Amino acid sequence: MALIEVSQLQKSYGAIRAVKNVSFSVDRGEVVGFLGPNGAGKSTTMKLLTGYLRPDAGTAVVAGFDVVENPVAAKAHLGYSPEGAPAYGEMTVREFLHFAAELRGLADPAQRVADTLKLCRLEEVAGQSVDTLSKGYRMRVGFAQAVIHDPAVLILDEPTDGLDPNQKFEVRRILKDMAARKAVIVSTHILEEIDELCTRVIVIAQGEVRCDESKERFLQRGTDLNQVFRKLTA
Amino acid sequence: MSDQPASPTPRPGAAFWAVLRREFAGYFRTPLAYVFLAVFNAFAISLAFFIGNIYEAGVASLDRFFLYHPWLWAFLAPAAGARLWAEERRQGTLELLLTWPVTVWQAALGKFFAAWLFLGSALLITLPMAFTVCYLGDPDVGVIVSGYVGSFLCAGACLGIAAIASALTRSQVIAFVTGFLACFVLVLVGYGVFDELLSGVFATGTVDEIRRLGLWRNLEPFTLGLIDLRPTAYFLTVAFAGLGLSTLIVERR
Repeated sequence: MALIEVSQLQKSYGAIRAVKNVSFSVDRGEVVGFLGPNGAGKSTTMKLLTGYLRPDAGTAVVAGFDVVENPVAAKAHLGYSPEGAPAYGEMTVREFLHFAAELRGLADPAQRVADTLKLCRLEEVAGQSVDTLSKGYRMRVGFAQAVIHDPAVLILDEPTDGLDPNQKFEVRRILKDMAARKAVIVSTHILEEIDELCTRVIVIAQGEVRCDESKERFLQRGTDLNQVFRKLTA
Repeated sequence: MSDQPASPTPRPGAAFWAVLRREFAGYFRTPLAYVFLAVFNAFAISLAFFIGNIYEAGVASLDRFFLYHPWLWAFLAPAAGARLWAEERRQGTLELLLTWPVTVWQAALGKFFAAWLFLGSALLITLPMAFTVCYLGDPDVGVIVSGYVGSFLCAGACLGIAAIASALTRSQVIAFVTGFLACFVLVLVGYGVFDELLSGVFATGTVDEIRRLGLWRNLEPFTLGLIDLRPTAYFLTVAFAGLGLSTLIVERR
């Protein structure tokens, strides 16, 4: 069974239908690039999938658990970094990750924190409060809290947004290292990221899935990805 | 990390305690907590001495000290409670917290009790006041203890109202002002001037019923050494109704 199963998902904000009958599934080992213009429904789909928002209709199942029926179990198997990687700014990086580990009920939280700091190369800023970090480090802290429990499903909303090329390379490297064991969804505006990171592409526009195919097939649509993107989302 | 992702479903208590510890420690991560404790202490003691004339009264009792506590809590409980949910919304961490394996209720309970304990710690700092009265005279210790119990419950009721205000906005300032105004009305209920105002509008029976909703009216028996069911139930009802309603507001996001 796929680790992520989304079926006929719908969500409206007042009169605006943000997500219309979105369905897809993601297997272990897949890294799905979520593409779409701003306001297309990418983030809303992610919020529905992570249980932050309740769908008006449809279902989202994570690691076999329905996020509405069994939210705590679904969330235990899920790592999520929302857009902008929010974190408790007054806490140090170590305290913040320790809180995440404790709240998740992980055995030996101190060891988990130490492992995650190393994995995400955050050791040198572990004692600094999150508020004082540069954007690159902040994004990595958001990523770190999402992987601290080694989840089966990883959902990252624009994890490389605003990072410099070196930082982007670093985040992609960590993601690639762990991708084989997980089902990953990454939303992005950076089309080159598709080739470097993803195995599959889902394009969302106006709340609908416009395209859901392998990376190879998507790249065959044309040499100018910006033009491909414009055509699909028009 | 292991090859087989092993993400346990946490025990419900683990999330509650983790949130409670984080929130309680959170108060002391900024200078605001120390300012808060100093202000509470300074006002609690000054009001008792300079307006309540506790010393000149020549009676070994703290009833004049507790007399002003509804005013203090009406101001300071919303100050401490404003961050409960408003800060989570402003920082964007609400989305994080509620996508971790924790229910809104576990998070809400952890936050609420952390804030209540923080208010309790402000109250504990005034204990030298009680020791002084014991040193100078021979007060009824039971009455002092029940006064502290009443004040702590009164703080919980004000915090319940503050929690609702905080759940409704992402601005701590708006949460504080609306929370304060709501608590302020409950302080005024039961005061002479306000009663006269009500008498002009409602029948005497109704005014009496409204007066029962005032904070001081419910705190007063505690300061006399009576831990009655009715005022206890009143404070706890307001506290937990506020907690419940604020949680429902957050849950409906």
